[in-house]
Amino acid sequence: MLNASALSRLFARIFNHAGPAVASVSALVLGWEAYVQLSGISPTALPAPSRVLAQGFENREALAGHTLATLQATLFGFASSLSAAFMFSTLIDFFRPLRRALFPVFIITQTLPLVAIAPLIVLWFGFGLTPKIVLVALVTFFPMLVALAQGYESTDRDLSELLASMGASRWRIFIMARLPSARPYFFAGLCISITYAVVGAIFAEYAGAARGLGIYILNAKNNFRPDLVLAAVFVSSTLTLLLFGATVLIQRASMPWLRLSEPTR
Amino acid sequence: MSRPRLELHRLRKSFGAVDVLTDISLTVLPGEFVSILGPSGAGKSTILQMLIGATDPDMGTMLLNGAPLVPKRDRFAFMPQRDALMPWRRIIDNTTLGLEVAGLSREAARAEVAPLFAEFGLAGFEQHYPAQLSGGMRQRAALLRTVVQQRPMLLLDEPFGALDALTRTQMQRWLAKMWSRHHWTVLLITHDVREAVLLSDRIHVLSSRPAHVVHQFRVPRDHPRQGVGSPALAAIEAEILQTLLHPEN
Ligand SMILES: Nc1ncnc2c1ncn2[C@@H]1O[C@H](COP(=O)(O)OP(=O)(O)OP(=O)(O)O)[C@@H](O)[C@H]1O
Ligand SMILES: [Mg+2]
Repeated sequence: MLNASALSRLFARIFNHAGPAVASVSALVLGWEAYVQLSGISPTALPAPSRVLAQGFENREALAGHTLATLQATLFGFASSLSAAFMFSTLIDFFRPLRRALFPVFIITQTLPLVAIAPLIVLWFGFGLTPKIVLVALVTFFPMLVALAQGYESTDRDLSELLASMGASRWRIFIMARLPSARPYFFAGLCISITYAVVGAIFAEYAGAARGLGIYILNAKNNFRPDLVLAAVFVSSTLTLLLFGATVLIQRASMPWLRLSEPTR
Repeated sequence: MSRPRLELHRLRKSFGAVDVLTDISLTVLPGEFVSILGPSGAGKSTILQMLIGATDPDMGTMLLNGAPLVPKRDRFAFMPQRDALMPWRRIIDNTTLGLEVAGLSREAARAEVAPLFAEFGLAGFEQHYPAQLSGGMRQRAALLRTVVQQRPMLLLDEPFGALDALTRTQMQRWLAKMWSRHHWTVLLITHDVREAVLLSDRIHVLSSRPAHVVHQFRVPRDHPRQGVGSPALAAIEAEILQTLLHPEN
């Protein structure tokens, strides 16, 4: 579906959209650099962006290793929360009373302050991958559940009745109509929760982990290396943006009819 | 006289405190085109809802070919009020929906439907998405999805209600032509008097809610109908309009 011309058009569009953002971010970085150079402020208080970049590059192997650990936690955590969200949203769709029983519990999980809950989860699950997965799943599960549940509800009633009149079972109607109807909602939820996911993983690592950007940031801070803290922050932001971008691309590729407002003859 | 395909006898339906239908009786003979004409909100769609089993009548009987209708077993080819095409399926796969639900593989269903695209004015649009079609084409696709199910009877709920006047007239003539060719048994819901007169053998006029059948009109057969200008049809049209405006007389 994404042929060469479509891809180049996509990049042109991204450039058009991103142009102003690139300009403002560049201005910010340049101003920051100029301030550090002119004021002579100590690099342990505020490192210049050039120094952050240079030090980040120097420590690229360590950074890459920790980034990989964070990415792994993010993806595993997200995969588990997606599976759980699919399972529970489907259950709730078939057994309505469950909604009232389960939603309050899910909402409570969203009210827990991460600062307090992250160390506890590390305490229970150790310094490995598990606590990170749990925390990522915890912050992304509810948005995905709500998105899916709302998506199912958005199904055209005429369509359900039509399928029923054709003899489709409830499960068949779910698969043929309710699930596809939820697709735009699903991707909207995905775009939001993927940005939470990386932050969630870093939070868990910050509370205690063997590897990952979170623990890297903690160590850099303790060694009075704000340049490396900022380098890790830069990497984690980039990671989030890349995941977000990938989500948008998948979304566009999987719903071609949304871009077809006019005939393509 | 042959046995009626469908008989509705003294149907009654209310939703909570709202009495929607008080007394609906009508018959449809095999190969006959029957319309239900009534004001908006009268309960026309509700009649079809009861036939497809989406809701049950509070009272009354429904017979199909003389035997009590079992809603989940006796199936009609139903076309809902809005076209209800799936935006994520291409037109060909929308039209095969009923066959797929009936158990055919996608390939077999496609092979069955594909030859009909030309007759329905959709040739070349098999691989398009519904968003790429005009309103009239969408309605024809929805109608194609309806008729390929090979059910004993078509239930059409205001199939052309959402179209502009010109397209609607074209679609009505097209349907009249299709009907005289295929001898479908049709129950059509509409609030367009001209449409009912142009297409139907018999027309049941409903009162406003709570609805009952105010009067039944028979339209003389001179198919294929061209519709415009025939004084006999114009007279019936005027009479029906009078009935709708002054149901008590
Ligand atoms: N499932 C339902 N629950 C409660 N009320 C309903 C339900 N379905 C229909 N009604 C009510 O029944 C009445 C008749 O509805 P119906 O859709 O049958 O009208 P209609 O004649 O088809 O109207 P229109 O021409 O506008 O389509 C309306 O007042 C509507 O609010
Ligand atoms: Mg209606």
